[in-house]
Amino acid sequence: MLGGLECVPHLSGALYVPDYETLIISDLHLEQGTSLARRGIHVPPFDTAVTLDLLEATLSTTHARRLIFLGDSFHDTQGEERLDEIHLNRLRIITNQYETIWIIGNHDPNPPQSLGGHGAETISLGTITLRHEPSKKLKNEIEIAGHLHPGCGLNLRGRHVRGKCFIADQNRLIMPAFGAYTGGLSINSPAFHGLFDDTQTKIWMIGKTSLHRFSL
Amino acid sequence: MLAHGLNNESALLISPTGGGKTLAGFLSTLVDLEHPHKNDGIHTLYISPLKALAVDIARNLEAPINEMRLPISVETRTGDTPYSRRQRQRINPPDILITTPEQMTLLIADPTAAHLMKNLKAVIIDELHSIVSSKRGVLLSLALSRLRTHAPNARLTGLSATVADPDALRAWLAAANQPPVPLVLGAAGAPPDIHILESAERVPWSGHKALYAIPEIYAEIKKAKMALVFVNTRSQAEMVFQELWNANEDHLPIALHHGSLDVSQRRKVEAAMADNKLKAVVCTSTLDLGIDWGDVDLVIHVGAPKGSSRLLQRIGRANHRLDEASNAILVPSNRFEVLECEAARAAAKENAQDTEYPMVMKLDVLAQHIMACACSGAFFADDLYNEIITAFTYRKLTRERFDQALDYVATGGYALKAYERYAKLKLDIAGKYRLAHPMLATRYKMNMGTIVADEMLKVRLASVKNRNSKRTVTGGRVLGELEEYFLSQLAIGNTFLFGGEVLKFEGLDEFGALASKAHGRDPMIPSYAGGKFPLSTYLAERVRGILADKSKWQFLPYQVKDWLNTQSWASAIPRADQMLVETFPRADKHYMVCYPFEGRLAQQTLGMLLTRRLERWGAKPMGFVSSEYALVIWCLGDVSAMIKHGRLSLAKLFDEDMLGDDLEAWLAESNLMKRSFRYCAIIAGLIERNFPGKEKTARQVTVNTDLIYDALRTHQPDHLLLRAAWDDAADGLIDIHRLAAMLKRIKNQILHKALERVSPLAVPVLLEIGRESIYGEADDALLAEAADKLEAEATSLV
Repeated sequence: MLGGLECVPHLSGALYVPDYETLIISDLHLEQGTSLARRGIHVPPFDTAVTLDLLEATLSTTHARRLIFLGDSFHDTQGEERLDEIHLNRLRIITNQYETIWIIGNHDPNPPQSLGGHGAETISLGTITLRHEPSKKLKNEIEIAGHLHPGCGLNLRGRHVRGKCFIADQNRLIMPAFGAYTGGLSINSPAFHGLFDDTQTKIWMIGKTSLHRFSL
Repeated sequence: MLAHGLNNESALLISPTGGGKTLAGFLSTLVDLEHPHKNDGIHTLYISPLKALAVDIARNLEAPINEMRLPISVETRTGDTPYSRRQRQRINPPDILITTPEQMTLLIADPTAAHLMKNLKAVIIDELHSIVSSKRGVLLSLALSRLRTHAPNARLTGLSATVADPDALRAWLAAANQPPVPLVLGAAGAPPDIHILESAERVPWSGHKALYAIPEIYAEIKKAKMALVFVNTRSQAEMVFQELWNANEDHLPIALHHGSLDVSQRRKVEAAMADNKLKAVVCTSTLDLGIDWGDVDLVIHVGAPKGSSRLLQRIGRANHRLDEASNAILVPSNRFEVLECEAARAAAKENAQDTEYPMVMKLDVLAQHIMACACSGAFFADDLYNEIITAFTYRKLTRERFDQALDYVATGGYALKAYERYAKLKLDIAGKYRLAHPMLATRYKMNMGTIVADEMLKVRLASVKNRNSKRTVTGGRVLGELEEYFLSQLAIGNTFLFGGEVLKFEGLDEFGALASKAHGRDPMIPSYAGGKFPLSTYLAERVRGILADKSKWQFLPYQVKDWLNTQSWASAIPRADQMLVETFPRADKHYMVCYPFEGRLAQQTLGMLLTRRLERWGAKPMGFVSSEYALVIWCLGDVSAMIKHGRLSLAKLFDEDMLGDDLEAWLAESNLMKRSFRYCAIIAGLIERNFPGKEKTARQVTVNTDLIYDALRTHQPDHLLLRAAWDDAADGLIDIHRLAAMLKRIKNQILHKALERVSPLAVPVLLEIGRESIYGEADDALLAEAADKLEAEATSLV
């Protein structure tokens, strides 16, 4: 529950809001592979395909009518132009089928030109504001944001287990990155300082087969 | 040696520490250069595995040169050499350049390399035995193949400590189409004097702390002039140091030296040793190699040495004079280690070495070398291939594999030709491969090398101020560095042992971790990942021999003899060629314990594979734990009954066919494989290393190699890097070769005992169950209690 709304974290890293039949997905980083390849870092060119596979699979398991991308949907401003024809069509099918909102992020300051849906800087879902970058100070607001790629590591029986995670208190939720090659930034790192009320913070860690909820 | 040098012949010189190897290597160079000469490029390259060693050698060499007023210039080039000096060395090279393997590789990647090396006469490689068994050696041998092109007549001299198989090193030094270089043997030293600590205290069943022996170790330190106390891991070093300090009634100067401590602190300890100001230094492998630091007259080895060669090398640190025996005391930290120490002592007495073969043919290293060559200038693929196969390590490289590696360097080597337009290497009109952009050379230089450590963060001393209820933490001097994963699990206020002090974690800032001094009594101890060695195959064989042969038990302490005697009637003592398997019920579970003595890595792999099979055959396995010597699996099913009624065959369970599909299926999913892949991806230049300062902004967008691994496995399972990762994992992390050899050895040699209760031999490994990597006083109390309970059970038949 966030701001009186039920929010259901999904194993894929998506967040479903049943009252609004809305699926929220953050930090797709499409075309990250080709973006790095331009700089001579030849990571395997399969990230967009893998991300789209996961996106389609996630959509088919929810009853969403609306799809909100929480920014950094493309890894850079030319990402959309580099999209393979096949991938472009797969995205078009999705944006035709669902009411799509592209919230802009620091990696993609303009919404895509050749795809359906419309762009926005922020959007309200009931009492909740959705934006890419978490605001420094919340002014009587409840917020869902992305950008930071939260991740955490736990020590269990001498083994160190790492994963992406959702992190939230009563006023704010930060979503994990959805993209195939996106990693996690430790929630202990300075970037997260001061964003959460430490006594109320909970994390949902993404495991292989289920989500694991912890209180901090 | 001089004769070979003057005849311009390559050679391998094997001699124990203290035999004057280094000078012998340089002798012919000094003769060559004794007369005034025109400086025309580098005459002699000297390659040392340690940066600190390079600096010391240069100093030791300059002394005689200045004394004899020889017109010879000597310089060093290491990672610490300032850019301006490196530039000058390219324009005005010294006669003798002393450097490291990594710098050697950077030299050949330089466009001026051909010019600098054209008059090269000699290459000397120090501590060759320690270099060839790692990827550093593989990369160095590739660099030497390039040197052979630049300076075909240069002689190669390898300097090495005693090894089991000198022929492998002789072949390594020669070009692949040439006969092995001749061998020169130095005089053998006096055999070492090695004792196993005879403790009046009770030797524990398991664990690695050896705390029981601290008072006795302290007494030995007091008697010695200067003692080196070797341990196997950094956390052991911290713990032994702490305990010695607690026992230090006489305020003896005792210091600590390990790889996590800040360099300046380590240098201080070394300087104090050289000045003979210290009574003892607790250290890890950081002091295995190197020049003499002071008059060490005693080596104490806490914990089993895990290998005969390592023990001999460490013992050699005491008394660097050939004619005197080195003095050493071994302190086993548990009962199995008593057997291992005895095996190591016997092996060291015979000067018997572990056989360690040079590492060969690493595809990630090959990719890095191809990039290095491209940085030095455009090349024809045919020429480079022909040059590379002159290296001993790549003599069996096929052209097909080489072309794959080349394709990988150029465009990533993907079946989808997605990155043609972003290629790093491009074919020019002449048919030569050429670097696509000069920036790539800079990036190569930042990322080259074969040593990939877990990500480390600096630890700085913090001062904490509370003003107006606001807490501010400011960082001070650097104490050293720690693995990121360890720091990431600390909460503010947690304490840990570091550099011999209890520190309190105060948080992270953009430069790393902050910690203040604390006075907590029960610190969490750093659970370092590095620094653990598996038991060598050679020593394992000797341990099995001691166990099987009762006549050898007379050398063992009374408690251990007693333990083995109880085992021989409560269960059985296996013959040296047998493997004992015990099954017994305990509480509500059924246990199966086997004793391969093959080291933790190989046995962990075995445990993984056995549990998969037991699961399939309905024994309902719940978990497993491995020690260096034994493996225990616990099940809900009654394993003894299953074997008795023929529903489970041990011969089938331990059949070699487990290395087929079972292994494949498990490994593909395992974290070990992902780690192995990450290392290969960094070495092969697929992704960049993280640099301090840079990482805080780049972290969120740097790619996660686990995810790349998954994507590659699904979309291109035959990719070069997956092959490289598999190869490394088989070699190292999961030790498949060793497991395969063991399964072959025990075929038809399984001795099964169905028991009513736990056997004495099984107690140590059962104690490992549930032991976590974080220790504390409370845990220890629990463990001691559990230990006593198990012991009572095992001997209750009396």
